[in-house]
Amino acid sequence: MINRECGVYQTTYEGDMALYPAPLARHASLGAVVVLVLLPLILDSHAMALVNLITLAAIGAIGLNILVGYTGQVSLGQGAFMMVGSYTAALVTLRLDMPFWVGLPAGGAVAALVGTFFGIPSLRIKGLYLAIATLAAQFIIEWTINHSTWISGGVQSTIYVPTPSFFGLEINSEHRRYYMVLPVAFIAYVAALNLVRSRVGRAFIAVRDRDVAAEIIGVDIFRYKLLAFAVSSFYAGVAGALWTYYLKIANYEHFTLTTSVSYLAMIIIGGLGSVLGSVFGAIFITLLPIALVYVVEGGAALLGFKYAAIADLLANLRLIVFGGLIILFLAIEPEGLYRMWGNVRRYFRLWPYSY
Amino acid sequence: MSARASIVAAVALAASLGAATPASADHEIVIGVQCDRSGPDATVGAPLCAGFRDYVALVNAGNGVEGHRIRAAEIDTESRVPPALAAYERLRGEAAVALALYGTQIYALAPRLAEDRIVATAAGWGPADAANGRRHPYVFSVASAASQAAAAVGFAKHRLGTLKGKKVAFVPDDSPAGREPIAVLEDLAERERFQLKTFAAPSTGATMATLAVDLARRYRADFVIAHLAGRAPSLAIQELARVGYPLDKVIFFVGGSAEADVDAAGGRAVADGYHGLEFAGVGQEFPVLRAIQAMYHAQGRQPPTRMASSVCYNRGVVMAALQVQAIGNAVAARPDGRIIGDDVKAGMEKIRGFTLGGLTPPLEITPTDHEGGGRLQVWQVKGARFVPVTDWFTAYPRVIARHVTAERGAPSR
Repeated sequence: MINRECGVYQTTYEGDMALYPAPLARHASLGAVVVLVLLPLILDSHAMALVNLITLAAIGAIGLNILVGYTGQVSLGQGAFMMVGSYTAALVTLRLDMPFWVGLPAGGAVAALVGTFFGIPSLRIKGLYLAIATLAAQFIIEWTINHSTWISGGVQSTIYVPTPSFFGLEINSEHRRYYMVLPVAFIAYVAALNLVRSRVGRAFIAVRDRDVAAEIIGVDIFRYKLLAFAVSSFYAGVAGALWTYYLKIANYEHFTLTTSVSYLAMIIIGGLGSVLGSVFGAIFITLLPIALVYVVEGGAALLGFKYAAIADLLANLRLIVFGGLIILFLAIEPEGLYRMWGNVRRYFRLWPYSY
Repeated sequence: MSARASIVAAVALAASLGAATPASADHEIVIGVQCDRSGPDATVGAPLCAGFRDYVALVNAGNGVEGHRIRAAEIDTESRVPPALAAYERLRGEAAVALALYGTQIYALAPRLAEDRIVATAAGWGPADAANGRRHPYVFSVASAASQAAAAVGFAKHRLGTLKGKKVAFVPDDSPAGREPIAVLEDLAERERFQLKTFAAPSTGATMATLAVDLARRYRADFVIAHLAGRAPSLAIQELARVGYPLDKVIFFVGGSAEADVDAAGGRAVADGYHGLEFAGVGQEFPVLRAIQAMYHAQGRQPPTRMASSVCYNRGVVMAALQVQAIGNAVAARPDGRIIGDDVKAGMEKIRGFTLGGLTPPLEITPTDHEGGGRLQVWQVKGARFVPVTDWFTAYPRVIARHVTAERGAPSR
């Protein structure tokens, strides 16, 4: 019988401070890690590509959630910070001949520096005004990278990097790329879980909930707002660097404003202020358009339409359904997919005595 | 979950399973085409894709390629990279041998194409150095940006008599693809001793009005060469017409030379007179297009309305025909039809004197020249229709060759 305990049964501080205090959650998380590690054994290369895209998106989304969800600083510059990481990694690999596991933290570090700089306006402005300031960051960074030959290497602004390798092992298939992306995502996930329940994380949450009150109880707003920008941009930079090694190309067109907006959509749908929610959001936004291709085309075939006759219509119908589903999910649960998952968990916690 | 919700879920599941089942157990050769029916490139993608599909249907309605059927799979990327990547991996799993791509997607996929040995055609919109078969062994581009730049300058010289001392304005999209021809143009400016000034326009075309005033009144350009895409070409035509610039001194690269651009600019009243470069014939008076129409009539159906967007439709036909021709050469070498991307690459590099009844310039593709000669044709808008003003031609081949083989894609150290 699988039961969750329904009281506080911890007898040691260590037990109480564990990441997953409840045994069931601990076992489930361990099981999830095992499944994730063994995933390439059962999936083909198309499915692995989808998993890789989700994993990459999840890293960026977790980073953005730390800034927007936990600290309450709206940012439309996530794509630009990823761009910084992406080009940094490409340049580190190409000019200094460094392997990818040096390029990743380098991309993160430079992005963190740039992100901190563009976070300075957050000390004076917040909300929609800050969103516009970070929008400016998106355009300034995009323009700078696009137009400076030293960074982007000539007119194409496109840098090809060689196939990354790990101690002689070429990372040249979708399955191997997964093992390049997964450990980074794992570290990013666990680090974020621990960060948000630490002293720093609680300071972030205090700033989000009421910054004046936070200042009165002794939270250094200047420090923590900039720290949130730095951490978030570090995540974005690592995600961008991984994207470079994943595609073997750095190109600014992959990190435009559309990218920033879709990351914002991920964390809003997944759940603001939730690490697992960021992952849910990344899955939702990445998979939904691809699943809709099958569902809409299959549905049309079931209704007896010939695909070629209505192909243009279906393509736009798909976008309408995509938008509609986002509205529907937010209408049902404004707090996102994480809250839905929480509701399910709570239901089964008391099941079958759910009164 | 309510009863109704579970029915909807069941239908959706059944539908997705139905779509995932392969259509036929017979051996078929799989190719893919980027089909952006949604997103910003829909005015290009929708007619292009229709042309591609119709040509493949025409081949299959006959005997296929030596008895082997061709299946054209679609990739709707919505002009974004992740869907392109997912679709690419799906098609790779289905053993696709060739893809027709354009835009930022082909940049993103270029490393994988080389790694997985899959051929891609990038007619008119690909990276310019794809014309160099040594740089991108698996990418074939019909009209590279370098060839387009040289052809535009050649045409300007033809129109103005001499370029010496003239002022030429270059209006590119403010993106890597847009700025790509600047190096070629600068070289030609030195050679022909004309002044060159670049007026970069953001892809939304938001600053086009001031740009047109600047270009026509302050700089007083003698000729305008524009390399724009999406909504920007029609805006450029509108604004240049509004400031009274003579449109017969304007030439667009292939990205701004479609019926959709003329219509969006305001049609006959506004757009008449401007020139566009084409790498595929315009209109419906070509044998292969009449064959497609006959195929539809034989099935008791009307030809698709997309045929009226003949610029992009015909480009789709050309890309499909190129791939089918290469597959034909590959199958000739391996009659069992179990061909891979390398066979198609070899087949592509065997293409000589391929004209498709005048729909394309005579293409001569070799292992080093993946552009097939880079010939283009200039068409002019008259009465809201495109009419040809030149034959297929190339200009400054030595300058193009130098730029195409020059080292690119890596930053200076």
